[in-house]
Amino acid sequence: MAVNYGSKRIVVGAHYGLRDWLSQRITAVVMALFTLALLLQFIFGGPVGYDSWAGIFSRQWMKVLTFIVIVSLAWHAWVGMRDVWMDYLKPVGLRLLAQVATIAWLVGCAGWAVQVLWRL
Amino acid sequence: MADQSQARSPSGSKPRPGENMRLIDAMQYKLPLAGVVSILHRVSGMLMFFLLPFIVWMFDASVTSEVSYDGFTSAFVAGIGFVPGFLIKLVALALIWAYLHHAVAGLRHLWMDATHAVTKEFGHSSAVATFVISILLTVVLGAKLFGLF
Repeated sequence: MAVNYGSKRIVVGAHYGLRDWLSQRITAVVMALFTLALLLQFIFGGPVGYDSWAGIFSRQWMKVLTFIVIVSLAWHAWVGMRDVWMDYLKPVGLRLLAQVATIAWLVGCAGWAVQVLWRL
Repeated sequence: MADQSQARSPSGSKPRPGENMRLIDAMQYKLPLAGVVSILHRVSGMLMFFLLPFIVWMFDASVTSEVSYDGFTSAFVAGIGFVPGFLIKLVALALIWAYLHHAVAGLRHLWMDATHAVTKEFGHSSAVATFVISILLTVVLGAKLFGLF
């Protein structure tokens, strides 16, 4: 059987990493568009204060959009932080620990943000 | 370009180029501006990742109620607990820079991906543009944050 590991590994054709690469870019576009939508509402939303600021997030379509962005951010940060750990953390046990902690951190923060969003 | 199929593992007889290179050797090369954008893209991303609870706290406090909104605004003046207000402002400024640098450098990436703009010249000029845009906006928003206008 042909060797497909180490320096003999065939690195094309199996889309290694393509999904992560692509999802990081798609989530980036989603967040960039959200930034624009939020900025426009902030600028044209009247005087700066609690009512106008909280009012932006009280509309249902904005809640849905913000929820999509929270998920996008967590996914985007997961791909990025995993890249960082893979580059700098070589001991496999330490890397696993860092990756598990990253997921816990992101899921925890995302859950908190979603709670804030939907009790508004 | 080196023939991949001829490359051997470190224990093999034929050494791969750069195999014996250490970080200290790499430090002798001058990092091009595009490389500075790249490493700061990573630094800014990590900074925002580690400050995520603070970001969610700001979102929580600023939208939940008028009372919590007042707590949010006073944090930047009177501070939170033992943390003084100016330190909160500095953290917010760091987040503003991190967001702007990460976003502009990210748009640069997307542009390069979409248009295959991978020449050395574009790499440098777009790196300059990334710094100019992100630092300029950081200075303007930072001045607003610290009440200079």
